[in-house]
Amino acid sequence: MAADILAHPGFADPVHDRQVSFRALLQALARPGTFHPVAVPPDPPAPLAPATAAVLLTLVDGEAPVHLTGPFAALGAWVAFHTSGTEVAAGDAAFVLADALPDFASLKAGTDEIPESSTTVILQMPALEGGPPLTLRGPGIETTRDFGPCGLPDDFVARWAANRRLYPRGIDLVLCAGSLVAGLPRSTTVTPPR
Amino acid sequence: MKGYNFAYLDEQTKRMLRRALLKAVAIPGHQIPFGAREMPLPYGWGTGGIQVTACVIGRDDTLKVIDQGADDTTNAVSIRRFFAKTAGVATTTRTVDATVIQTRHRIPETPLTEAQIIVYQVPQPEPLYKLEPSRAETRRMHALAEYGAMHVKLYEQVARYGQIAISYDYPVMVNGRHLMAPSPIPAFDNPKMHRMKALQLFGAGREKRIYAVPPYTDVVSLDFEDYPFRAGRAPHACALCGDTASYLDEVVTDDRGGRMFVCSDTDHCATRRERVA
Repeated sequence: MAADILAHPGFADPVHDRQVSFRALLQALARPGTFHPVAVPPDPPAPLAPATAAVLLTLVDGEAPVHLTGPFAALGAWVAFHTSGTEVAAGDAAFVLADALPDFASLKAGTDEIPESSTTVILQMPALEGGPPLTLRGPGIETTRDFGPCGLPDDFVARWAANRRLYPRGIDLVLCAGSLVAGLPRSTTVTPPR
Repeated sequence: MKGYNFAYLDEQTKRMLRRALLKAVAIPGHQIPFGAREMPLPYGWGTGGIQVTACVIGRDDTLKVIDQGADDTTNAVSIRRFFAKTAGVATTTRTVDATVIQTRHRIPETPLTEAQIIVYQVPQPEPLYKLEPSRAETRRMHALAEYGAMHVKLYEQVARYGQIAISYDYPVMVNGRHLMAPSPIPAFDNPKMHRMKALQLFGAGREKRIYAVPPYTDVVSLDFEDYPFRAGRAPHACALCGDTASYLDEVVTDDRGGRMFVCSDTDHCATRRERVA
Protein backbone atom coordinates (compact mmCIF):
# COMPACT_ATOMS: atom_id res chain seq x y z
CA MET A 1 0.00 0.00 0.00
CA ALA A 2 2.82 2.38 0.90
CA ALA A 3 4.33 1.71 -2.51
CA ASP A 4 1.01 2.61 -4.12
CA ILE A 5 0.88 5.86 -2.23
CA LEU A 6 4.34 6.89 -3.34
CA ALA A 7 3.88 5.61 -6.90
CA HIS A 8 1.11 8.17 -7.35
CA PRO A 9 2.46 11.47 -6.06
CA GLY A 10 0.52 14.64 -5.32
CA PHE A 11 1.03 17.93 -7.15
CA ALA A 12 4.47 18.46 -8.65
CA ASP A 13 4.44 22.10 -7.52
CA PRO A 14 1.97 22.05 -4.61
CA VAL A 15 1.66 25.77 -3.83
CA HIS A 16 1.10 26.95 -7.40
CA ASP A 17 -0.80 23.91 -8.62
CA ARG A 18 -3.24 24.35 -5.72
CA GLN A 19 -3.64 28.03 -6.58
CA VAL A 20 -4.33 27.29 -10.26
CA SER A 21 -6.78 24.54 -9.35
CA PHE A 22 -8.54 26.73 -6.78
CA ARG A 23 -8.99 29.53 -9.32
CA ALA A 24 -10.48 26.98 -11.71
CA LEU A 25 -12.90 25.86 -8.98
CA LEU A 26 -13.72 29.45 -8.02
CA GLN A 27 -14.56 30.35 -11.62
CA ALA A 28 -16.44 27.07 -12.10
CA LEU A 29 -18.76 27.79 -9.17
CA ALA A 30 -19.01 31.51 -9.98
CA ARG A 31 -20.00 30.71 -13.59
CA PRO A 32 -22.08 27.53 -13.36
CA GLY A 33 -21.85 25.16 -16.29
CA THR A 34 -18.56 26.51 -17.70
CA PHE A 35 -15.42 24.34 -17.93
CA HIS A 36 -12.11 25.26 -16.34
CA PRO A 37 -8.77 23.42 -16.54
CA VAL A 38 -7.05 22.56 -13.26
CA ALA A 39 -3.36 21.82 -12.63
CA VAL A 40 -3.13 18.05 -12.69
CA PRO A 41 -0.93 15.78 -10.58
CA PRO A 42 1.45 13.70 -12.70
CA ASP A 43 -0.01 10.22 -12.21
CA PRO A 44 -3.19 10.00 -10.13
CA PRO A 45 -4.19 6.52 -8.93
CA ALA A 46 -7.01 4.78 -10.83
CA PRO A 47 -9.88 5.39 -10.95
CA LEU A 48 -9.27 9.07 -10.16
CA ALA A 49 -9.44 11.37 -13.17
CA PRO A 50 -6.70 14.03 -13.09
CA ALA A 51 -9.23 16.78 -12.32
CA THR A 52 -10.78 14.79 -9.49
CA ALA A 53 -7.37 14.19 -7.93
CA ALA A 54 -6.56 17.90 -8.28
CA VAL A 55 -9.77 18.92 -6.49
CA LEU A 56 -8.98 16.58 -3.57
CA LEU A 57 -5.39 17.85 -3.34
CA THR A 58 -6.62 21.46 -3.42
CA LEU A 59 -9.49 21.38 -0.91
CA VAL A 60 -9.27 18.42 1.45
CA ASP A 61 -7.28 18.47 4.70
CA GLY A 62 -7.61 17.45 8.33
CA GLU A 63 -10.26 20.13 8.92
CA ALA A 64 -12.42 19.04 5.98
CA PRO A 65 -13.20 15.33 6.21
CA VAL A 66 -14.08 13.36 3.14
CA HIS A 67 -16.31 10.39 2.32
CA LEU A 68 -15.24 8.09 -0.50
CA THR A 69 -17.92 6.08 -2.31
CA GLY A 70 -18.03 3.30 -4.91
CA PRO A 71 -14.78 2.71 -6.78
CA PHE A 72 -13.04 5.45 -4.78
CA ALA A 73 -13.48 3.64 -1.45
CA ALA A 74 -10.09 1.95 -1.86
CA LEU A 75 -8.26 5.30 -2.09
CA GLY A 76 -8.46 6.10 1.62
CA ALA A 77 -4.73 5.64 2.25
CA TRP A 78 -3.76 7.77 -0.77
CA VAL A 79 -6.11 10.58 0.25
CA ALA A 80 -4.96 10.42 3.88
CA PHE A 81 -1.28 10.56 2.93
CA HIS A 82 -1.49 13.33 0.34
CA THR A 83 -4.15 15.58 1.90
CA SER A 84 -4.23 14.65 5.64
CA GLY A 85 -7.98 14.27 5.07
CA THR A 86 -9.78 11.84 7.33
CA GLU A 87 -12.52 9.52 6.11
CA VAL A 88 -15.90 9.88 7.76
CA ALA A 89 -19.50 8.77 7.17
CA ALA A 90 -21.35 10.50 4.33
CA GLY A 91 -23.52 12.49 6.72
CA ASP A 92 -20.47 14.06 8.42
CA ALA A 93 -18.36 14.79 5.35
CA ALA A 94 -17.42 18.19 3.96
CA PHE A 95 -16.70 16.48 0.66
CA VAL A 96 -18.23 13.33 -0.82
CA LEU A 97 -16.36 11.77 -3.71
CA ALA A 98 -18.58 9.78 -6.09
CA ASP A 99 -18.95 8.64 -9.68
CA ALA A 100 -22.74 8.43 -9.39
CA LEU A 101 -24.93 11.14 -7.91
CA PRO A 102 -25.46 10.25 -4.23
CA ASP A 103 -28.80 10.57 -2.48
CA PHE A 104 -28.77 14.18 -1.22
CA ALA A 105 -30.92 13.20 1.79
CA SER A 106 -27.93 11.27 3.19
CA LEU A 107 -25.70 14.38 3.10
CA LYS A 108 -25.43 17.59 5.10
CA ALA A 109 -27.51 20.40 3.61
CA GLY A 110 -26.48 22.91 6.28
CA THR A 111 -28.89 24.89 8.44
CA ASP A 112 -30.77 28.11 7.72
CA GLU A 113 -28.37 29.95 10.04
CA ILE A 114 -25.22 28.16 8.85
CA PRO A 115 -26.00 27.10 5.27
CA GLU A 116 -22.27 26.84 4.47
CA SER A 117 -21.99 23.77 6.72
CA SER A 118 -23.18 21.65 3.82
CA THR A 119 -21.57 18.90 1.77
CA THR A 120 -19.86 19.56 -1.53
CA VAL A 121 -20.20 16.56 -3.83
CA ILE A 122 -17.19 15.93 -6.07
CA LEU A 123 -18.69 13.99 -8.93
CA GLN A 124 -16.43 12.32 -11.48
CA MET A 125 -18.10 12.15 -14.88
CA PRO A 126 -17.23 10.40 -18.17
CA ALA A 127 -17.38 13.83 -19.87
CA LEU A 128 -18.67 17.34 -19.18
CA GLU A 129 -20.50 17.46 -22.49
CA GLY A 130 -22.33 15.12 -24.85
CA GLY A 131 -25.06 14.21 -22.38
CA PRO A 132 -28.73 15.19 -22.34
CA PRO A 133 -28.98 18.99 -22.56
CA LEU A 134 -30.00 21.05 -19.55
CA THR A 135 -30.70 24.76 -19.21
CA LEU A 136 -29.11 26.64 -16.30
CA ARG A 137 -30.27 29.92 -14.77
CA GLY A 138 -29.18 31.87 -11.74
CA PRO A 139 -26.25 33.83 -10.28
CA GLY A 140 -23.18 33.68 -12.50
CA ILE A 141 -25.22 33.22 -15.68
CA GLU A 142 -26.05 36.23 -17.84
CA THR A 143 -29.28 34.83 -19.28
CA THR A 144 -29.31 31.06 -19.62
CA ARG A 145 -26.54 28.54 -20.20
CA ASP A 146 -26.74 25.15 -21.94
CA PHE A 147 -25.05 22.36 -20.05
CA GLY A 148 -25.08 18.66 -20.92
CA PRO A 149 -22.62 16.57 -18.95
CA CYS A 150 -22.47 12.78 -19.46
CA GLY A 151 -23.37 10.62 -16.51
CA LEU A 152 -26.07 12.46 -14.57
CA PRO A 153 -29.04 10.29 -13.55
CA ASP A 154 -32.28 10.47 -15.55
CA ASP A 155 -34.14 12.06 -12.65
CA PHE A 156 -31.46 14.73 -12.09
CA VAL A 157 -33.74 17.70 -12.85
CA ALA A 158 -36.25 16.63 -10.21
CA ARG A 159 -33.55 15.83 -7.63
CA TRP A 160 -31.80 19.14 -8.23
CA ALA A 161 -35.10 21.03 -8.00
CA ALA A 162 -35.64 19.46 -4.56
CA ASN A 163 -32.14 20.64 -3.57
CA ARG A 164 -32.83 24.11 -5.01
CA ARG A 165 -35.96 24.44 -2.88
CA LEU A 166 -33.86 24.19 0.29
CA TYR A 167 -32.02 27.43 -0.53
CA PRO A 168 -30.01 28.90 1.16
CA ARG A 169 -29.43 25.36 2.43
CA GLY A 170 -28.37 22.76 -0.09
CA ILE A 171 -25.68 20.63 -1.69
CA ASP A 172 -23.09 22.09 -4.09
CA LEU A 173 -21.74 20.02 -6.97
CA VAL A 174 -18.27 20.01 -8.47
CA LEU A 175 -18.16 17.98 -11.69
CA CYS A 176 -14.82 16.56 -12.87
CA ALA A 177 -13.82 14.92 -16.13
CA GLY A 178 -10.35 14.62 -17.63
CA SER A 179 -8.51 17.73 -16.50
CA LEU A 180 -11.61 19.95 -16.41
CA VAL A 181 -13.96 21.01 -13.65
CA ALA A 182 -17.44 22.55 -13.76
CA GLY A 183 -19.65 23.72 -10.93
CA LEU A 184 -23.30 23.58 -10.03
CA PRO A 185 -23.84 25.62 -6.86
CA ARG A 186 -27.11 25.34 -4.94
CA SER A 187 -28.18 28.75 -6.33
CA THR A 188 -28.48 27.40 -9.90
CA THR A 189 -31.87 26.49 -11.34
CA VAL A 190 -31.79 23.53 -13.74
CA THR A 191 -34.55 22.81 -16.24
CA PRO A 192 -34.85 20.66 -19.37
CA PRO A 193 -34.42 22.84 -22.49
CA ARG A 194 -37.63 24.30 -23.88
CA MET B 1 10.40 36.11 -0.91
CA LYS B 2 12.76 33.88 1.05
CA GLY B 3 11.42 32.57 4.34
CA TYR B 4 7.78 33.09 3.45
CA ASN B 5 5.24 31.06 1.51
CA PHE B 6 3.99 32.43 -1.82
CA ALA B 7 1.65 35.35 -1.04
CA TYR B 8 2.57 35.28 2.67
CA LEU B 9 -0.21 33.03 4.03
CA ASP B 10 0.54 29.39 4.84
CA GLU B 11 -1.17 26.71 2.76
CA GLN B 12 -3.42 25.50 5.58
CA THR B 13 -4.87 28.97 6.02
CA LYS B 14 -5.34 29.38 2.28
CA ARG B 15 -7.19 26.07 2.08
CA MET B 16 -9.53 27.09 4.92
CA LEU B 17 -10.22 30.41 3.21
CA ARG B 18 -10.60 28.84 -0.21
CA ARG B 19 -13.22 26.39 1.03
CA ALA B 20 -15.08 29.30 2.62
CA LEU B 21 -14.86 31.32 -0.60
CA LEU B 22 -16.36 28.51 -2.66
CA LYS B 23 -19.29 28.31 -0.23
CA ALA B 24 -19.58 32.12 -0.30
CA VAL B 25 -19.91 32.03 -4.08
CA ALA B 26 -22.58 29.33 -3.80
CA ILE B 27 -24.65 31.48 -1.39
CA PRO B 28 -24.37 35.04 -2.77
CA GLY B 29 -24.38 37.72 -0.06
CA HIS B 30 -24.22 35.29 2.88
CA GLN B 31 -21.45 36.00 5.40
CA ILE B 32 -19.18 33.08 6.27
CA PRO B 33 -16.94 33.12 9.36
CA PHE B 34 -13.27 32.28 8.87
CA GLY B 35 -10.18 32.14 11.04
CA ALA B 36 -8.63 35.49 10.16
CA ARG B 37 -4.88 35.47 10.73
CA GLU B 38 -2.68 38.11 12.21
CA MET B 39 -1.25 40.05 9.29
CA PRO B 40 1.77 42.34 9.21
CA LEU B 41 -0.47 45.39 9.38
CA PRO B 42 -3.21 46.34 11.82
CA TYR B 43 -6.88 45.51 11.60
CA GLY B 44 -8.67 48.27 9.75
CA TRP B 45 -5.95 48.51 7.12
CA GLY B 46 -7.35 45.87 4.83
CA THR B 47 -6.37 42.60 6.49
CA GLY B 48 -9.55 40.89 5.30
CA GLY B 49 -9.04 41.96 1.71
CA ILE B 50 -5.38 41.00 1.86
CA GLN B 51 -6.16 37.50 3.10
CA VAL B 52 -8.73 36.99 0.34
CA THR B 53 -6.31 38.32 -2.28
CA ALA B 54 -3.53 36.09 -0.91
CA CYS B 55 -5.48 32.90 -1.43
CA VAL B 56 -6.81 33.92 -4.85
CA ILE B 57 -3.74 35.46 -6.49
CA GLY B 58 -1.34 33.49 -8.69
CA ARG B 59 1.99 34.06 -10.40
CA ASP B 60 0.36 35.18 -13.66
CA ASP B 61 -1.95 37.76 -12.09
CA THR B 62 -1.60 41.51 -12.35
CA LEU B 63 -2.70 43.28 -9.18
CA LYS B 64 -4.20 46.74 -8.80
CA VAL B 65 -4.93 48.17 -5.35
CA ILE B 66 -7.03 51.26 -4.77
CA ASP B 67 -7.83 53.19 -1.64
CA GLN B 68 -10.85 55.50 -2.01
CA GLY B 69 -10.31 55.29 -5.76
CA ALA B 70 -6.66 56.29 -5.61
CA ASP B 71 -3.67 54.12 -6.53
CA ASP B 72 -1.18 56.39 -4.81
CA THR B 73 -2.30 56.61 -1.19
CA THR B 74 -0.49 54.90 1.70
CA ASN B 75 -2.79 51.92 2.04
CA ALA B 76 -2.86 51.18 -1.69
CA VAL B 77 0.88 51.55 -2.13
CA SER B 78 1.64 49.39 0.92
CA ILE B 79 -0.63 46.53 -0.12
CA ARG B 80 0.61 46.63 -3.72
CA ARG B 81 4.21 46.43 -2.47
CA PHE B 82 3.28 43.68 -0.03
CA PHE B 83 2.14 41.40 -2.86
CA ALA B 84 4.92 42.45 -5.21
CA LYS B 85 7.31 41.36 -2.47
CA THR B 86 5.63 38.23 -1.09
CA ALA B 87 4.14 36.87 -4.33
CA GLY B 88 6.35 38.50 -6.96
CA VAL B 89 3.27 39.41 -8.99
CA ALA B 90 3.07 42.21 -11.52
CA THR B 91 1.24 45.29 -10.32
CA THR B 92 -0.49 48.05 -12.22
CA THR B 93 -2.49 51.20 -11.63
CA ARG B 94 -4.50 50.75 -14.82
CA THR B 95 -7.91 49.18 -14.29
CA VAL B 96 -7.96 47.59 -17.74
CA ASP B 97 -4.62 45.80 -17.20
CA ALA B 98 -5.49 44.27 -13.82
CA THR B 99 -6.73 40.71 -13.30
CA VAL B 100 -7.22 41.12 -9.55
CA ILE B 101 -8.27 44.46 -8.04
CA GLN B 102 -8.24 44.95 -4.28
CA THR B 103 -10.24 47.95 -3.25
CA ARG B 104 -10.98 50.05 -0.23
CA HIS B 105 -14.31 51.79 -0.63
CA ARG B 106 -14.62 52.39 -4.39
CA ILE B 107 -15.45 50.52 -7.58
CA PRO B 108 -13.43 51.72 -10.58
CA GLU B 109 -15.29 53.93 -13.07
CA THR B 110 -14.12 51.69 -15.94
CA PRO B 111 -16.59 48.78 -16.18
CA LEU B 112 -14.96 45.53 -15.04
CA THR B 113 -14.80 42.45 -17.27
CA GLU B 114 -15.38 38.71 -16.89
CA ALA B 115 -11.61 38.22 -16.69
CA GLN B 116 -11.33 40.27 -13.50
CA ILE B 117 -11.90 39.65 -9.79
CA ILE B 118 -12.53 42.53 -7.41
CA VAL B 119 -11.72 42.09 -3.70
CA TYR B 120 -13.32 44.52 -1.26
CA GLN B 121 -11.85 45.45 2.12
CA VAL B 122 -14.73 45.42 4.58
CA PRO B 123 -14.71 47.00 8.05
CA GLN B 124 -18.21 45.90 9.12
CA PRO B 125 -19.72 43.02 7.12
CA GLU B 126 -23.00 42.89 9.06
CA PRO B 127 -25.52 45.29 7.48
CA LEU B 128 -27.80 44.93 10.53
CA TYR B 129 -25.08 45.66 13.08
CA LYS B 130 -26.26 49.18 13.98
CA LEU B 131 -29.81 47.92 14.39
CA GLU B 132 -29.03 44.70 16.25
CA PRO B 133 -25.59 44.32 17.83
CA SER B 134 -26.00 40.63 18.69
CA ARG B 135 -24.42 38.31 16.15
CA ALA B 136 -26.61 35.44 17.28
CA GLU B 137 -29.66 37.58 16.59
CA THR B 138 -28.57 38.92 13.19
CA ARG B 139 -27.66 35.41 12.07
CA ARG B 140 -31.24 34.39 12.83
CA MET B 141 -32.58 37.46 11.03
CA HIS B 142 -30.61 36.45 7.92
CA ALA B 143 -31.83 32.86 8.26
CA LEU B 144 -35.43 34.06 8.29
CA ALA B 145 -34.83 36.85 5.74
CA GLU B 146 -36.27 39.12 8.44
CA TYR B 147 -35.16 42.51 7.18
CA GLY B 148 -38.08 44.66 8.31
CA ALA B 149 -35.87 46.55 10.76
CA MET B 150 -33.76 47.90 7.91
CA HIS B 151 -36.83 49.10 6.05
CA VAL B 152 -37.98 50.83 9.22
CA LYS B 153 -34.60 52.57 9.45
CA LEU B 154 -34.96 53.82 5.87
CA TYR B 155 -38.56 54.88 6.58
CA GLU B 156 -37.47 56.83 9.66
CA GLN B 157 -34.95 58.70 7.53
CA VAL B 158 -37.63 59.57 5.01
CA ALA B 159 -39.87 60.77 7.86
CA ARG B 160 -37.08 62.84 9.44
CA TYR B 161 -35.09 64.11 6.45
CA GLY B 162 -37.52 63.71 3.57
CA GLN B 163 -35.17 61.28 1.87
CA ILE B 164 -33.11 58.16 2.47
CA ALA B 165 -29.99 59.75 3.96
CA ILE B 166 -27.36 57.03 3.53
CA SER B 167 -24.44 58.15 1.39
CA TYR B 168 -22.13 55.13 1.77
CA ASP B 169 -22.38 51.47 2.84
CA TYR B 170 -25.93 51.63 1.46
CA PRO B 171 -27.59 48.25 2.16
CA VAL B 172 -28.29 45.98 -0.80
CA MET B 173 -30.36 42.85 -1.37
CA VAL B 174 -28.34 40.17 -3.15
CA ASN B 175 -29.95 37.53 -5.37
CA GLY B 176 -33.31 38.49 -3.86
CA ARG B 177 -32.42 36.73 -0.62
CA HIS B 178 -29.57 38.10 1.52
CA LEU B 179 -29.21 41.63 2.84
CA MET B 180 -25.58 42.63 2.36
CA ALA B 181 -23.23 45.45 3.33
CA PRO B 182 -21.55 46.59 0.10
CA SER B 183 -18.62 47.85 2.26
CA PRO B 184 -18.33 51.62 2.65
CA ILE B 185 -18.39 52.36 -1.07
CA PRO B 186 -20.40 55.48 -1.93
CA ALA B 187 -24.02 54.77 -2.80
CA PHE B 188 -22.96 56.15 -6.21
CA ASP B 189 -21.13 52.83 -6.80
CA ASN B 190 -24.00 50.53 -5.77
CA PRO B 191 -25.50 50.27 -9.27
CA LYS B 192 -22.13 49.01 -10.57
CA MET B 193 -22.49 45.92 -8.36
CA HIS B 194 -25.75 44.92 -10.02
CA ARG B 195 -25.10 42.13 -12.54
CA MET B 196 -21.40 43.05 -12.65
CA LYS B 197 -19.40 40.92 -15.09
CA ALA B 198 -16.54 40.43 -12.63
CA LEU B 199 -16.60 38.16 -9.58
CA GLN B 200 -16.86 40.20 -6.36
CA LEU B 201 -15.25 38.93 -3.14
CA PHE B 202 -15.44 40.61 0.28
CA GLY B 203 -13.08 40.16 3.23
CA ALA B 204 -13.49 41.52 6.76
CA GLY B 205 -10.37 40.72 8.81
CA ARG B 206 -11.26 42.07 12.24
CA GLU B 207 -14.83 40.77 12.02
CA LYS B 208 -13.58 37.50 10.48
CA ARG B 209 -16.20 37.20 7.76
CA ILE B 210 -16.07 36.71 4.03
CA TYR B 211 -18.79 36.86 1.41
CA ALA B 212 -19.15 36.99 -2.34
CA VAL B 213 -21.31 38.05 -5.26
CA PRO B 214 -20.92 35.97 -8.44
CA PRO B 215 -21.04 37.67 -11.85
CA TYR B 216 -24.46 38.61 -13.28
CA THR B 217 -26.11 38.52 -9.85
CA ASP B 218 -28.89 40.90 -8.86
CA VAL B 219 -27.70 43.48 -6.34
CA VAL B 220 -30.55 45.85 -5.52
CA SER B 221 -30.25 48.89 -3.26
CA LEU B 222 -33.12 48.98 -0.75
CA ASP B 223 -35.66 51.73 -1.35
CA PHE B 224 -39.37 52.50 -1.55
CA GLU B 225 -41.56 52.87 -4.64
CA ASP B 226 -42.22 56.52 -3.81
CA TYR B 227 -38.68 57.15 -2.53
CA PRO B 228 -36.52 55.34 -5.09
CA PHE B 229 -32.78 54.83 -4.61
CA ARG B 230 -30.73 57.74 -5.94
CA ALA B 231 -26.99 57.56 -6.57
CA GLY B 232 -25.68 60.98 -5.58
CA ARG B 233 -22.51 62.77 -6.64
CA ALA B 234 -21.23 66.31 -6.14
CA PRO B 235 -22.82 68.54 -8.82
CA HIS B 236 -19.55 69.61 -10.40
CA ALA B 237 -17.19 68.69 -13.20
CA CYS B 238 -13.77 67.25 -12.32
CA ALA B 239 -11.33 70.18 -12.08
CA LEU B 240 -8.61 68.10 -13.78
CA CYS B 241 -10.31 66.09 -16.53
CA GLY B 242 -13.71 67.76 -16.74
CA ASP B 243 -15.73 64.58 -16.27
CA THR B 244 -19.32 65.35 -15.26
CA ALA B 245 -20.31 61.73 -14.58
CA SER B 246 -17.56 60.33 -12.34
CA TYR B 247 -17.56 60.26 -8.55
CA LEU B 248 -15.76 63.31 -7.14
CA ASP B 249 -13.61 64.00 -4.08
CA GLU B 250 -13.75 67.45 -2.54
CA VAL B 251 -10.23 68.73 -1.92
CA VAL B 252 -9.64 71.72 0.35
CA THR B 253 -6.93 73.85 -1.26
CA ASP B 254 -6.33 76.64 1.26
CA ASP B 255 -7.59 78.00 4.58
CA ARG B 256 -9.83 80.64 3.00
CA GLY B 257 -12.58 78.30 1.82
CA GLY B 258 -10.91 77.38 -1.46
CA ARG B 259 -11.77 73.91 -2.73
CA MET B 260 -11.75 71.84 -5.86
CA PHE B 261 -13.59 68.74 -6.98
CA VAL B 262 -11.55 65.99 -8.66
CA CYS B 263 -12.23 62.43 -9.77
CA SER B 264 -11.86 59.98 -6.89
CA ASP B 265 -10.73 57.31 -9.40
CA THR B 266 -7.18 58.46 -10.20
CA ASP B 267 -6.69 56.00 -13.07
CA HIS B 268 -9.94 57.10 -14.70
CA CYS B 269 -8.93 60.76 -14.40
CA ALA B 270 -5.37 60.21 -15.69
CA THR B 271 -6.59 58.12 -18.62
CA ARG B 272 -9.03 60.85 -19.65
CA ARG B 273 -6.34 63.51 -19.44
CA GLU B 274 -3.92 61.37 -21.49
CA ARG B 275 -6.57 60.99 -24.18
CA VAL B 276 -7.02 64.74 -24.42
CA ALA B 277 -3.28 65.49 -24.41
